[in-house]
Amino acid sequence: MVTAGRFSPRRLLAGDWTRPVGGLLVLALIICAIGGDALAPYSPFKMALGIRFSNPSWAHWLGTDQLGRDILSRMIVGARFALFLGLSATGISVIGGVLLGLIAGFGPRWLDAMLLVIFDTTYSFPVVMLALAVITLLGPDLGTVLLIIVIVTIPRYARLIRTSTQSIRVAEFIVAERSLGARPARILLRHVLPNVIGPLLILASMDIPGVITLEAGLSFLGLGVPPPAPSWGRMLSEGYNYIRDTPWIVVGGSLPLILTTLGFTFLGEGLRDALDPRLRRGR
Amino acid sequence: MLDVRDLSVSFASAAGRVQALRHVDLAVVRGAIMGIVGESGSGKSTLIGAATRLLPENADISGAVQFDGEDLLALKSAALRALRGRRIAMVFQDPMTALNPVLSIGQQMTDIQYRDRLSATDKRDRAAAMLSRVGIPDAAARLSRHPHEFSGGMRQRIAIAMALLGNPDLLIADEPTTALDVTMEAQIIHLLRLLRKDFHGSILFVSHNLGLIAELCDDVTILYAGEVMEQAPVRNILLQPRHPYTRALLDCDPARIPGMARILPTIGGEVPNLVSPPPGCVFAPRCQMASDICLTPPPAHRVGLGHVARCHKVGP
Amino acid sequence: MSALLEVKGLGVRYDAPRILPFAARHGVDAVLDVSFDILAGSTFALVGESGSGKSTLGRAVMGLAPFRAGQIKIAGAAMPSGGDASLVLWRRQMAMMFQDAIASLSPRLTVRSLVTEPFDIHGFRQGLRARDREAECRRLLALVGLPADFAERYPHQLSGGQARRVGVARALALSPRLIIADEPTAGLDVSVQGEILNLLRRLQDELGLTYLLISHNLAVVRHVSDRMAIMYMGRFVEMGDTAEIYADPAHPYTHGLLAAQPEIDPDKRREDVELMGEVPSLAARPSGCEFHTRCPRAQPLCTEQAPDDRNIGQRVARCHFPLVS
Repeated sequence: MVTAGRFSPRRLLAGDWTRPVGGLLVLALIICAIGGDALAPYSPFKMALGIRFSNPSWAHWLGTDQLGRDILSRMIVGARFALFLGLSATGISVIGGVLLGLIAGFGPRWLDAMLLVIFDTTYSFPVVMLALAVITLLGPDLGTVLLIIVIVTIPRYARLIRTSTQSIRVAEFIVAERSLGARPARILLRHVLPNVIGPLLILASMDIPGVITLEAGLSFLGLGVPPPAPSWGRMLSEGYNYIRDTPWIVVGGSLPLILTTLGFTFLGEGLRDALDPRLRRGR
Repeated sequence: MLDVRDLSVSFASAAGRVQALRHVDLAVVRGAIMGIVGESGSGKSTLIGAATRLLPENADISGAVQFDGEDLLALKSAALRALRGRRIAMVFQDPMTALNPVLSIGQQMTDIQYRDRLSATDKRDRAAAMLSRVGIPDAAARLSRHPHEFSGGMRQRIAIAMALLGNPDLLIADEPTTALDVTMEAQIIHLLRLLRKDFHGSILFVSHNLGLIAELCDDVTILYAGEVMEQAPVRNILLQPRHPYTRALLDCDPARIPGMARILPTIGGEVPNLVSPPPGCVFAPRCQMASDICLTPPPAHRVGLGHVARCHKVGP
Repeated sequence: MSALLEVKGLGVRYDAPRILPFAARHGVDAVLDVSFDILAGSTFALVGESGSGKSTLGRAVMGLAPFRAGQIKIAGAAMPSGGDASLVLWRRQMAMMFQDAIASLSPRLTVRSLVTEPFDIHGFRQGLRARDREAECRRLLALVGLPADFAERYPHQLSGGQARRVGVARALALSPRLIIADEPTAGLDVSVQGEILNLLRRLQDELGLTYLLISHNLAVVRHVSDRMAIMYMGRFVEMGDTAEIYADPAHPYTHGLLAAQPEIDPDKRREDVELMGEVPSLAARPSGCEFHTRCPRAQPLCTEQAPDDRNIGQRVARCHFPLVS
């Protein structure tokens, strides 16, 4: 007898606890984003210069920063900004990437070639240089940061969609649709899109923390959203100056970044399993 | 050579246990060609999988599979690997999947001789000799070519040459001509018949094409829904079939119907669900001759020399 | 009976992409100088090995292949020259059944959407309300012998035979006159194969359909077609009445193809193979008669001069030395 279902360490690691944990982490992020003001013990903007750089205590669980603001509160309220930025930037990029990718993958060859050159040029441009250039031109605010992130991520999405569209445009069911007289727009939206969007959604969900980290990076360099907005990246960059004496500020900026990244990555893996028809169907 | 006794295989699935094979007996005599005929879902590929122990992990196997006296189901993986490729070789339906696209065929053919203590030149010579034996002209020069530079028929010839390099005792050919055109199919079958003359192993030839079975095989096993329906020498199966399923299968084949038939015969009904196969005879729900007795498991009637039919209605 | 489909001097050429903007165009002729008529209500079969151009010819009739020369007419009206848009009305008169039944169904749509989609495409959306759609779906599924509850299924939940039937239902949605069936039984078990062919026969009798059947299965073609053509490297090498061709092939290639079919009789094993080798590359057509490289009866003349179509009774064969005169 050869029996099935042996113990495998890989299954344990890749498996079943990551999805609920990912879900919980993301849920916690959403709750903080919506109810942050009520959850936070203090106002994230209230300065109290008398208690600057205080150590963690019962009153301030994570201590206070250089202006005496409560770090835990800033961390919780920062979730709103992080989530808003992550979702809106990724959302815009996904829509733009899908449109451009479909056009490149299904359109005439010259258009495809032209779009590819544009994608590759933007993709190969160093992010920081691009950010510096755009910020110098437009000034540092939320819109600019969004624009930079969108420019940087669109080519990746568009290329992914283009490649899968190209492989699917010669599939027999697409020829069958054409033979029925279907117009290109119908074929694209009803038959191509549902079959190529799955991998993109997974990629995008895993990219959301990347976007948040990118903003943090820009803020760290002083290119992000201007103060006093409670951005995790800004907390990191400010805390960095005082890391020798009070490491709490850096913890307040980095801990949520790490948790968010883990949460979305776990969730993305779950999404990938759920969307993979081979894992769903069975025989 | 290969002796399968009371083999049952089932797979776990979302809908329940799929009983892919139930109580299959099969014996392939040394030097003989055994044909396995079955429609999709009959368990042909599961049978091959069991004979080579290449079944997925979720398979539950019971029964015995003996190869030259050794119990295949009990062998450790190292011993199994030593067996595969050397004493048991396979030819698949799609030769492209059996060949590595990034290596030249000469490299692949010398690589599989890694167990032999021969010089590299000797291995290449053996490879070239084998290629010309399977009908590839200018073999020595073509060793440096890659699989994609050959046509489908040529690739299948190369796959056969690779399988024969180890001088196996059992060659398993799984629908080897299904992907090929008729003229190429005829050439490959012709080749197998020529090779047979100086290849002393047995062949397990799986096909749904009764014409090819007639051309090539000595004995035939008819599988349906995971069970053996009838087993007999090829002449008995094709000229005096006893089991109603075998008869229906032969009647359906358009190649056997003379003239022009406006309406073609069919079997009617559908292949049973293998999660809950019908009680008694699996073919009974589609059988013209079925009666109440068919709800009990059919006995294996010996109806001739080496001819067994599992059916209540063929009693002596 | 009159001809429903008339094809004259059809050529289809696939161009290879040019490496430099002004380099000479290379390409292969997939179909060369093909002419035939199909009578309304009859079945015409195209037979040949892979690469013979039979599928390309079927697609060219649908307006799905780049067309280089010739003329296609359906019921006397010529095919419009233009893109997919101008072909909408043309394509409404015919429908195609594809080789891989499951792969030709859009994987994320239900059978209901698949079967009623032709109405949406052809702008029946306003005229066809939800209730009518449901009725149409039931009508079409019943026509092809599928139970109504199949409407909820997805393509991957269908067996090969069921997917075929859905393909037929879809093809019949707009009441076409010509059905192009590309390998309608490929990959099916023998017992299911008969069911599909009988269904096609019944629909032909009930609806007066005309079929262009593309197949490599000679055993099937014999039973279901009235007339047939054998293709080799994009050309018709023989065309005529199916029964006549099977009884007495005129072209050596036809003879070889028929001889390659195995006989289901263990007492009639073949000792040798008539047709050796394989189809040459379309990019390097042999001189003279393109079949001379494999022809067991080739003469010096065959390597030099291409044969013309020769009328032999009701048949046409492209050979210098036909087996029937």
